[in-house]
Amino acid sequence: MDPTSRAFIENAHAGLANPVLRRALGIAGSGFPARRAEAIARLPEFEALREEGRAIKDHTIAHLDYYLELYEKNVTAAGGMVHWARDAAEARAAVLDICRSVDAKIVTKGKSMVAEEIALNDHLEKNGIVPVETDLGEYIIQLRHEPPSHIIAPAIHLMKEQVEEAFRAAHTELDPARVIAEAPQLCAEARAILRPQFLAADVGITGANFLVAETGSSIIVTNEGNGDLTQTLPKVHIVVASLEKIVPTLEDASTLLRLLARSATGQEFSSYTTMSTGPRRPGDLDGPEQYHVVLVDNGRSAMIGGEFQEMLRCLRCAACLNHCPVYTAIGGHAYGWVYPGPMGAVLTPALIGVGEAGHLPNASSFCGRCESVCPVKIPLPKMMRHWRERQFAERRIAPSYRAGLKYWAWVAQRPALYHALVEIKARLLGWLGKTRGRFRAMPLAGGWTQIRDMPAPEGRSFHALWAERQRAKR
Amino acid sequence: MTEQVRVALLVTCLVDLFRPSVGFAAVKLLEDAGCAVAVPSAQTCCGQPAYNSGDKDDARAIARQVIEAFAGYDYVVVPSGSCAGMVKVHYPELFGDEPAMRAKAEELAARTWELVAFLVDVRGMTCVGASCAQSVTYHDSCSGLRELGVKSQPRRLLASVEGLTLKELPDAEICCGFGGTFAVKYPEISGKMASDKVADIAATGAGCVLAGDLGCLLQIAGRLSRVGSAVETRHVAEVLAGMTGSVPPIGAPRKD
Repeated sequence: MDPTSRAFIENAHAGLANPVLRRALGIAGSGFPARRAEAIARLPEFEALREEGRAIKDHTIAHLDYYLELYEKNVTAAGGMVHWARDAAEARAAVLDICRSVDAKIVTKGKSMVAEEIALNDHLEKNGIVPVETDLGEYIIQLRHEPPSHIIAPAIHLMKEQVEEAFRAAHTELDPARVIAEAPQLCAEARAILRPQFLAADVGITGANFLVAETGSSIIVTNEGNGDLTQTLPKVHIVVASLEKIVPTLEDASTLLRLLARSATGQEFSSYTTMSTGPRRPGDLDGPEQYHVVLVDNGRSAMIGGEFQEMLRCLRCAACLNHCPVYTAIGGHAYGWVYPGPMGAVLTPALIGVGEAGHLPNASSFCGRCESVCPVKIPLPKMMRHWRERQFAERRIAPSYRAGLKYWAWVAQRPALYHALVEIKARLLGWLGKTRGRFRAMPLAGGWTQIRDMPAPEGRSFHALWAERQRAKR
Repeated sequence: MTEQVRVALLVTCLVDLFRPSVGFAAVKLLEDAGCAVAVPSAQTCCGQPAYNSGDKDDARAIARQVIEAFAGYDYVVVPSGSCAGMVKVHYPELFGDEPAMRAKAEELAARTWELVAFLVDVRGMTCVGASCAQSVTYHDSCSGLRELGVKSQPRRLLASVEGLTLKELPDAEICCGFGGTFAVKYPEISGKMASDKVADIAATGAGCVLAGDLGCLLQIAGRLSRVGSAVETRHVAEVLAGMTGSVPPIGAPRKD
């Protein structure tokens, strides 16, 4: 998808003005954090587990080449095949080649953020292949032709009324008089529509939550079971995953799984945790005949060794989104690309460029709640600041803002001058604001007074008063 | 008599300009806690506006100035979790590749405290001699809470204020939307966060909202007055120092 991150302010305005989004996020905004808090309260070792999770990911990324090669060796030994993709185009081409090799017409898909990142559905459609999203949220937004607004709950911006509307528009073969006003009815309809697609699909594409080097396995977690049907029924299973999904061992994967569901939905474990190792073996009752893994770099390896390396620890749990007061105010579409919220504010500039996504790391109050809930302790605010440093160094910020900052910093390094200027300002603004105590408007402060008053200063600066007090004592 | 503990007050630029009363409240509380208070005149700001705007060079230059100005005191106390966090957490990070400066920054960080945390955790203060016949609510400012662990200390001292009732704020740990330059760069988002905070404050029924950071307080007071709320806004130090009778709330008219 083409990013709209440059229009972040307009996008955010649209989000804030959207009553459906307000209602939808109001529900989700409190639901996820409350459930996470309850789940963590039941697990006294959660903090220790976070440390362990961080160490596992750091170790893996420090030895990524080794584990990737080991993983490939074990996938191959299990009868599968690894396809290396340097960028989105190579990844799309690899998937299309596999689909074409089996003359695929219909492809079912489990939920995958990296598939969104490489815009896989568009590419398949352009080449005459019908991709069918099987995760309910993904299915809904596919019908609405829109991107996900959340990394684990892609249709979180919608209420059931919009889902009903989308279903009525798409499922024209069904009785128009049917009642689908409630969630269970909507689920039943989606299930009835999707079931034949699972059986008709030639290829099933899933993402991966983890790739296990020691066994060559891929692991996905779902709550709908759609992933299992996607990867076991068709003749061909393609896993599309980014490099950093790799973990050394099954033991490591299980440590991270204990963190993942609790951080994401507040579940102890997702309803389904599914491991795939290679294609169907002789004697297996089900499973695909071919098993492929498309390993996508698309900018990750360039993050290694730099100030954004720690971002590669991300498990995509969405705890940072769910706890972010900015995300829950404006919704995910405002961020203008695939990854929203704090993790998107760090990752998106790395993947599509800070010129394109420059607003994202700036649109944060640095409240730090994201870092405090991250299951692998990614210092998200610190990395957003790194992006700001890069923007400042590359002169990507407004010249007037830069000049203002430079002037302020120059004065702030001259204490005597600074104190004199502050005293003048305190006296002037204090006098002007004395009777009302506040200003409703103020020159050069429109950004502030647009939505709140400016409290008036008390009328003298602290340093001037302190100096007088010290003189009086002598 | 043992020698008094020598404390240097880092006033913060917002207190200096907007609300010197907070600085004097801090001085009173520190003196009550047995400290000799100095205010180094070579201080201006901690450098956060530069640091959070990506201007690392100026942030470093200002940090050097602070490190020099505050050398030699037993403690450095700041009536702001955000500015204390800047010194304690971020100054050492600023000098990651300058070992000599980093050592000085770490030495300063080790002596630097947020005001209320210092009173309780270092000076062992358990009660203040103030009274305030009001129901108040308390907002946990983000940096103080998450960078410095300021949570129980203000509640503990507020509990000792005669006549005061604390009504806990729902979602007290969620940001008010100030965030320094964020407030003016993204006013609409910042405004939504402020509106949510103000609605939560109103829901408590308290007559006054307190916090430990003037940035948040300007944001909250500004939004409260914009929506016509009668809820007062004050820095927690003003209440603990017993100044509520003599100093009007933030954003209120002055009679002098």
